[in-house]
Order: sequence, then structure tokens, then C-alpha cells
Amino acid sequence: MAPPSDDLKLLGSWASSYTHRVQLALKLKGLAFEYAEEDLADKSPSLLLYNPVYEKVPVLLHRGRPVLESVIILHYLDETWPEVPLMPADPYDRALARFWCHFVDDKLGPAVGAVFASPSDGQAAAVEQVHENLRLVERELREGAFAGRRRFFGGDKIGVLDIVLGCGSYWLAVFEEVMEVKLVDPEAFPLFHSWLRDFEEQEEVKAIIPAIDRLLEYARGVRQMMLGLSTRQQ
Amino acid sequence: MADQKSKGVKLYGTSFNGHTTMVECALRLKGVAYEYVEEDRKNKSEALLKLNPVHKQVPVLVVDGKPIAESQIILQHIDDVWKDPPHLPEDPYKRAKVRFWADFVSKKVVPIMHTIVTLKGDEQKTAADEFGGYLQTMEDGIREELWTGGPFINGDNPGLLDVVMGSSYTWIKFIEAVAGVKLTKREKTPLLCSSMEAFVELDAVKELMTPPEVLLQSRGNPGAKTTATSDD
Repeated sequence: MAPPSDDLKLLGSWASSYTHRVQLALKLKGLAFEYAEEDLADKSPSLLLYNPVYEKVPVLLHRGRPVLESVIILHYLDETWPEVPLMPADPYDRALARFWCHFVDDKLGPAVGAVFASPSDGQAAAVEQVHENLRLVERELREGAFAGRRRFFGGDKIGVLDIVLGCGSYWLAVFEEVMEVKLVDPEAFPLFHSWLRDFEEQEEVKAIIPAIDRLLEYARGVRQMMLGLSTRQQ
Repeated sequence: MADQKSKGVKLYGTSFNGHTTMVECALRLKGVAYEYVEEDRKNKSEALLKLNPVHKQVPVLVVDGKPIAESQIILQHIDDVWKDPPHLPEDPYKRAKVRFWADFVSKKVVPIMHTIVTLKGDEQKTAADEFGGYLQTMEDGIREELWTGGPFINGDNPGLLDVVMGSSYTWIKFIEAVAGVKLTKREKTPLLCSSMEAFVELDAVKELMTPPEVLLQSRGNPGAKTTATSDD
């Protein structure tokens, strides 16, 4: 039973993992919303109006008022529609979730992006940085605060950290193929690997994440463009 | 103030560190009793490295043996646990705005502050202008979305954004002295200036506000080395 969502609109981009986070959260909470696809190469007047500071997606409009930044949007959704909570109940667990969400956005995400942006002969350092960050996540799963917990960071069900880490982790497989590097060796990161597999098998997640073929095609296109640009600069 | 009793609260911090100051201010404003542990930035304790293995830096707040790192996350946690007086509005939309601007300070304002002191001449002036631009953006946004009167962004009493900006005030003055630039202009950002000036006078946090002269003595001109506001 979907609670009335009174006028929710999401400005997003189909290949943006930050957009996927919000779409997934809305789906998990059973909230209906209108979706508007943004062409990031040709931003709409709406996007520029509602997010003048960063001009980025996602932008959630609730009753015409904008909420910005994906993690902040997730907090907003949880505080406005507390049924099907995404944040943990305990304050310390909430702080931990926030910490690791910030880690994803501040460290792991950029490291993965750096692999993708690295020149063909300069990948090793970027890949090692990703591994270093994954080791920290793996350790947390193995012996940190999340050790021994059930399937997900959120418990038996997906929570905010699963959403934030999970939406974006599919790029790992995509980049592995496009860049021909190994990023997530199941033997080196067994807990992360099994968590990700469980996450990606959730019905709601499967409904949100674009087909891997589309992501591969997109990544190959961006990579070509980047390589093309760098050759021209030489 | 039943929930203000000490839950075994310990703060690991460093003197002359803006992030540590933010957390101490928040604790004091909430009347939380805590033990402070001074860390030597050049020789970090085993305890700190164990409590914050991911970033290995201060501040770290330990509540009943459970550590939390990252100043912005600690501030939210403090408000989560000790609800009186509140540092975030009740309304979810306004809370989202406070979080947005706190994040903006981390993403834009703090980094440019680090940059200003490392530059010289025209480049420094440009960086100072960039800082001014960010403050203007904040001023305009906060006035439109959050502020409904009072000396503080949060109104009559300081809230999270006042803690963040107020803790940065001495650093702003320090950078002005070192770089010889004017960073804040009351006619342009009256609310932010009012908030910071009122904040540093609050009895609860006054003694934490290191005067810029003392920072100058302890840090000299940081142009030659790591800037003072960095976590390290």
C-alpha cells in the first residue's frame, strides 16, 4: 500500500548512481513520483533554477521545493516518510551509516572514478587506491561494527548505506570490463563481494539499475572520448 | 536536563584545529560533560589510530566506548543523542537545508580557506574573492531558506550552522591577518557576520575561541607549510 506522496518529482540522469540512490529509496518506500530525465550536456532551466549552486542531479522536488544532494535527500525521505525506515534506529548506528556514506562519496567513489580516468599505462596506482579503500570496507564487514550482522548493512533489509554503496558499485564490474582491470577479486574481498551480489539480487535494485549492456556502452563511449581528448592534447 | 549526564564522553582533538573546536563548541552548548584528550599531530597515539583507523585523524568523539569520526558527522550525532537545546530545526525540509549548507562549507569554504594562505599576489586575491563569493551564496541561500530572525542562523540560539561558522571565525581573522586580505564584509553578508560575532561571545564557548594573535604566534605564516585548519 503506497502512502500518498503528494507531488514528488525527481530530476535525474539515467546513468547517474546518485540518481539511482534516490530512485531506489523511493521504490523501497513505495512512494510514487514523476521522473524527468536531464541531459547533463544541455541542462534544463528547471535544474539550473532548483540547483543553482551545483547544477547537478539528483534534485528532488516535494511540493515544488527542492531537496539537493543524494544523501541529504535520503535523510529527507526518511524523516518525511518514516515508514520503511532507511536509517538505523540506534543513534550510534546512524552515525556509523553516515560515516561510511561519506567514505563512499569522499574516498571510494573518487578512487573508482580515477581508475576510469587513468591513462592506459597509468592504471596501477589508481587501482591500488581502490583496493586500499575496499580493504577498509572489507575490514569493517569482517571485524568492525558491521561484523556478524545479517545480509546487509541495514540488517535483513537494505538500508541507507546499502543504497549509497550499492548504487555505484555496479560501475566496478563495468570498469573492470572496459579498462581490463581486476577491481573486486572475490578472494581478496569475499564479504564485500557477497554483500554486493546479495544487494544486486534484490527485486527493487534490479528494477532500478540500468542493464549492464547499456552501462558498458555508455562507459566505453566516455572512455573513448577521454582517450581521444588526451591524444589530441599530446 | 536528564539526558545531559555524562555517558562517558571523550573527545580526542588537537589545539588550534577548527574541526576539533566545532565539536567542543557543540558539546559545551549542549552542556555535555566530556574528557578532552590532546593529540600530538606529529605523533599520533595508538588509541587514536585504533579509534579512527580509516582516516587516522582528529577529532574523534567516543561515547560509551564507541568512536565516531569526521566533525560534521560528530555534530549530527551530538544533536541526535543530546536533544536539548536542538541544533537542527524540526522541519525535515529545513533540516535538509542546514545539512546542505554544512556540506557546502566542507566542500567549498574550508578548502578555499586552505588555499588562500598558500598563494600570493593576484592568485591570492582571486582565491579571497572566491571565498567571498561562497559566503555570499551562503548568505543569500540561508536568508531565503532558513533564517527567520535573530542574531544566529538558527534564530535566537545557535544551531549547527552557527557552530560551524562560529568556529571558523578566528581562522577567517587569522587568514585576513596573514594574507592581508579582507574576507568578510558586513554589508555583503550581515547574517553570517552577525552569527559569527555573536557566537564567539557566547559564555559556553568563549574560552575555546583562540584569538587570531595567538594563532599567529603558534603558526606564524602557514604559507610555507601545511595550513592550520587542516585535519592531520
